[in-house]
Amino acid sequence: MIPELGHFSLIIALFLAATLGVLSILGAQRNSRALMGVARPLAYGMFVFVALAFGVLAHAFLSNDFSVLYVAQHSNSQLPGQYRFAAIWGGHEGSLLLWALLLSVWAASVATFSRHLPEEMVARVLGVMGLIEAGFLLFMLITSNPFTRLLPAAADGADLNPLLQDPGLVIHPPMLYMGYVGFSVAYAFAISALLGGKLDATWARWSRPWTTVAWVFMTIGIALGSGWAYYELGWGGWWFWDPVENASFMPWLLGTALIHSLAVTEKRGAFKSWTVLLAIGAFSLSLLGTFLVRSGVLTSVHSFASDPRRGIFILGFLVAVVGASLLLFAWRAPKVGLGGKFDMLSRESLLLSNNVLLSVASASVLIGTLYPLFMDALGYGKLSVGAPYFQAVFVPLMVPMVFMMGLGPLARWKKMAAPDLASRVKWGFAGALIVALLLPLTMGKLLSLESHKWSPLIALGLLMSFWIIASLVISLKQRLSGEGDFVQKLRRQSLSYYGMQLAHLGVAVFIIGVTMVKGYETERDVRMNVGDTLAAGGYEFRFNGVSQVAGPNYVSGMGSVTVHKDGRLVTELHPEKRVYNVSGMPLTEASIQPGLFRDLYVSLGEPIPESDGAWAVRIYIKPFVDWIWAGCLMMALGGVLAISDRRYRIHQKAVARAGNGTIVGNLQGQTS
Amino acid sequence: MMRFILPLILFLILSIFLYKGLGRDTREVPSPLIGKPAPAFALPTLQDPAKQFSPKEMQGKVWLLNVWASWCEACKDEHPVLMEFSMQKMLPIIGVDYKDKREQGMDTLKNAGNPYDQVISDADGKVGFDYGVYGVPETYVIDKTGVIRFKQIGPITPENLRDKLMPLIAELQAK
Repeated sequence: MIPELGHFSLIIALFLAATLGVLSILGAQRNSRALMGVARPLAYGMFVFVALAFGVLAHAFLSNDFSVLYVAQHSNSQLPGQYRFAAIWGGHEGSLLLWALLLSVWAASVATFSRHLPEEMVARVLGVMGLIEAGFLLFMLITSNPFTRLLPAAADGADLNPLLQDPGLVIHPPMLYMGYVGFSVAYAFAISALLGGKLDATWARWSRPWTTVAWVFMTIGIALGSGWAYYELGWGGWWFWDPVENASFMPWLLGTALIHSLAVTEKRGAFKSWTVLLAIGAFSLSLLGTFLVRSGVLTSVHSFASDPRRGIFILGFLVAVVGASLLLFAWRAPKVGLGGKFDMLSRESLLLSNNVLLSVASASVLIGTLYPLFMDALGYGKLSVGAPYFQAVFVPLMVPMVFMMGLGPLARWKKMAAPDLASRVKWGFAGALIVALLLPLTMGKLLSLESHKWSPLIALGLLMSFWIIASLVISLKQRLSGEGDFVQKLRRQSLSYYGMQLAHLGVAVFIIGVTMVKGYETERDVRMNVGDTLAAGGYEFRFNGVSQVAGPNYVSGMGSVTVHKDGRLVTELHPEKRVYNVSGMPLTEASIQPGLFRDLYVSLGEPIPESDGAWAVRIYIKPFVDWIWAGCLMMALGGVLAISDRRYRIHQKAVARAGNGTIVGNLQGQTS
Repeated sequence: MMRFILPLILFLILSIFLYKGLGRDTREVPSPLIGKPAPAFALPTLQDPAKQFSPKEMQGKVWLLNVWASWCEACKDEHPVLMEFSMQKMLPIIGVDYKDKREQGMDTLKNAGNPYDQVISDADGKVGFDYGVYGVPETYVIDKTGVIRFKQIGPITPENLRDKLMPLIAELQAK
């Protein structure tokens, strides 16, 4: 009976969402207070019923109700409690329900935190979100109902895919989906602005904090997924350019461009139509990502069950949403007119170039991801492009981007004389260049790495990070120079300034991580007998054999590897080869000793047949690899700082400004 | 004006490709083994460990090698399709019980029926390794000279049996 309640809640939620979409948009067009007034209550109602449905599914999982088909397919009575909960989003139907839940959470939050916005804006934004929610709920009810019964009930479930039985995977999908879905808010604001015909700076101001929040979630989500791939897949890689990874990376790239573009639109009134297009693009790519992952048009390590009916529906939905938005854009954007003028060299032009580079990067990931599909459709057979393509395209795009990223915060709005800018940065750049060229010569010795090579790519990577750091120091120095108390001046800088710098520093840290891992990692795939030792990178790894250990729902062959350095014990690692009881699926669990400057990474391959307990063992030493995720975390924290800025809390002032229709942005970076 | 319509046009072109992509069969993965002789092995049969099976026995016949396991969920979907196909006696179907316990494999066949002419017990997954098994179930079509002609990843469905496998088998048998 309870699962039927969940099904019924979804139907009610669909009805509420569709009503919200139609009535409030109509109300805004007709300027009817009564119709617009229903937007908020309907948004809350939609949230309540989707949450109810989610709660029902959670209950079915936690109480092992195997009469629900979805539960029987993705859970098992042996499955530990936290994974039974996470199993809700372990498959297609539940992932969609999570999507719908998070979208309704965003809609309810917009309804709550928009008291200071004009009524018709709120009505339009909530209306657009309601229409999207209605599309997803309809999709679920028609093709992917999570509450379908299995009669007679299964005695036990088929178990959650062991790959997903991991703490990282418990939080990775919700975080990532929060990001995906969060871009719908910026999208809804952009569409509302187009519908209302008011493409001034105000919509940008209002959607900025929402966009940043979504971007923060997405950054964390992607970083978690990458970290999971690193320790769970046992290959020691952290990014595979897999279609599913790319599906999240594309909207992230455009979202990053959007954040910067919104800043310009808000403060300078420029890039108006470009910003709207980016907002539409970021969310469209989120939808496209959903299509790619859910329709099975591409094969991937994450492949999900594919059902052509589902593919058709999502594609139809995608065409309707994106097509209608782009049509609206083509109709309304030409009337927008140009915004504030700016010179060839100015903060605007630097930001614009970076936006273009980010968009091109996003487009090239899209082309690479869809390449197999294009080739197949054109009859050239089944081909695909892998990491080499993406690396070849990505590095040349990122180099100029990082260079301008350093200049951007130092340049003035509107106009900047080139010699002036050059004289500000020349010492910083020279310093970064010299250190980047010389450091790799001594790096090997410094960190007792195995390889001591100097390579142009390593020097380039280091140059990019040191350049970001140097420009950051220059910017801080500029702001803190002059008379007055140093601490006072530090305090006077806005949180959004610190947020930006922290996020940029995160990029530098990330680049250091990537450069060092690529340049100096040690990888050994060896056959080891019990008692064998292997010397690598100044460490001595001793293989002590594999013993059987029983886990809660698996049996593990647990290896023991002791690591010594200069005769002292560093750590004992326990890589595992698990076999899950129900599915019988084997899983490799790497064992890692993380460190600030290097990770020691050991994973088990296969046992060597007809030997006395010998195994194929993978031993990796990964210098600076954790900096990759630390960098992502800093970017996310930078975003958090930026939205904590006090100007977002002074709503009343924002209303006053918006009412005057003038742009009185708090012009940061305009000092000196 | 044109530059504002451009995004829409690009998107519509993209959608056409996405639509075409929907009909694509991503399960048909090109395997390096296609066109190569089927790797040789000699393994005990499931029912009688004393008896051995080797692909050499099948010389001169077109045959199907189907990799399955009692722990494999997708195989349960495939099983009835194979049962029905085996009734037609079109060609010998050899099953490989992959990384499975002998008793459990036999139990499954006892309960659900046995579509196979012979079943090999590949408890350590040796055959699976030689044949590059990617996921269970997988099916190979091997011709009269012992060359692998086709590899299907994932369960056989009534549709692809009718449209892909049966025409191919008929063609190979006619040679």
